[in-house]
Amino acid sequence: MIKRMFIFLILALMTMIFFNLASNYSENTSLSKLGHYYVKNGPSEIGAPNLVTAVVVTYRGLDTLGEVTVLFISAAGVGLLLRRTRRKQDIKDLVNEDLEKGDRAEETAINHRPASEIVETATELLLPMVILFGIYVFMNGHLSPGGGFQGGAIIASGTMFLLLALPESHISRLMIAITESLSGFSYVVVGVLGVLLAGGFLDNRFMDLGDFGDLFSAGAIPLIYALIGLKVGFELSAVLDRFRKEDTGPL
Amino acid sequence: MNFIADFPISLIVLSSGLGLIIIGLWGMLTQRNIIRIIIGFSLMDTGIHMVMVAIGYITGGTAPIINDAVLFSDAVNRVVDPVPSALVLTAIVIGLGVTAVMLSFAVRIYRTRKTLMIDECTESKG
Repeated sequence: MIKRMFIFLILALMTMIFFNLASNYSENTSLSKLGHYYVKNGPSEIGAPNLVTAVVVTYRGLDTLGEVTVLFISAAGVGLLLRRTRRKQDIKDLVNEDLEKGDRAEETAINHRPASEIVETATELLLPMVILFGIYVFMNGHLSPGGGFQGGAIIASGTMFLLLALPESHISRLMIAITESLSGFSYVVVGVLGVLLAGGFLDNRFMDLGDFGDLFSAGAIPLIYALIGLKVGFELSAVLDRFRKEDTGPL
Repeated sequence: MNFIADFPISLIVLSSGLGLIIIGLWGMLTQRNIIRIIIGFSLMDTGIHMVMVAIGYITGGTAPIINDAVLFSDAVNRVVDPVPSALVLTAIVIGLGVTAVMLSFAVRIYRTRKTLMIDECTESKG
C-alpha cells in the first residue's frame, strides 16, 4: 500500500513538472546558434543537401562511430545471452524435451505447418525489392530523408520478413560476421583517411565534393553511409536470427 | 478562434511526448511482468524522442534538406534545427540496442525460471 502511494506520488510530481514545462512552452522562432552555423555553412563545407546527414556523418561523426559501437556491443551481448551452452545437464534436458516432444507431436505439427504457396511466392517476389529499397535509402542518405541506420533497419526488416514467412530458412552466421566486421573496419579506415588527407577524423572532403545534389557527391558521405547501412543491416539481422526459437549454436 | 491561431503546433507533439513518458514510467513501476516493463521502457523512450523533436521545431519550419523547395539563400529562415533531429536519430538506435539486450535477458530469465513475473526473482532482494 505504501509502495503504491509512493509510485502515485512520483507520478504526480513528474506530471506537475511536465505540466509546468508544457504550459510555459513557446515555440522557437529562430535557429539556435549551433543550428544556424550548420545550416549556413553545411551545404558549402560538406556538400550534402540533407543537413541532418551532414551533422550525423561529419560534424558529429565521432558520435556516430560511438553509436555504431554501442549497437555492435548490444548485438554481441544478445548473441552471448541467447547462446545455448551445451553442457551435460543441458544435453540431458534436451533429450527429455525431445521425449516430451514426441508425446506432443500432433500439437507441434499444427504449430509448425509449412508456409502456404501464397506466402512463399510473395516472399520470393518481395524480398529482393525490400533489400533493394534498403540499399536505395542508404545510398540517397545525403540527398533525401534516410541514411545508413534507416536503410539498415529496412534490410533487417527484410530478414524479419524472411524469418516469419519461411522459419526454416538458414542464415549464415559466418557471412554475417565477415560482412559486419569488414564494413565496421572500413568505416574506421575511412575516418583515418580523413585525418591523413583532409581536415580531421571522419572528414568527408578527401574525396571530390562533386556537384551539389548528385548521387555521387558530398565527398565520402555515400561511402560512409553505405558502410554503416551494411553494418547495421547485418547486425540487426543477426539479432533477429538470435531471437529465433530454434537456436543452432554459435556460427 | 484566436486561441487556435496562437496555439503552437509543436505543443501537441511535446505534450503527447510528455504523456508517453508518464505512461511508460507508470508501466515500469507498477507492472510485474518483465515484457510489460520493457514495453514501458520503450514507451518512455519514444516519449523522450518526441519531446526532443518538438523542441527542435521552428515556427513554420520544414525539413532541413536543401533542394528546389528550400533554396540555400533563405534556408536559415525556413528549416527546423538539424541538431535535435540528429540527436534523436542516435537516441533511436541506442534505444533499439538497449531494448534488444533487455529482451534477451527476459528470454534468459524465462529459460531458467519458466516465468516472466519479476516477483519470482527474489534472491538478490535484501
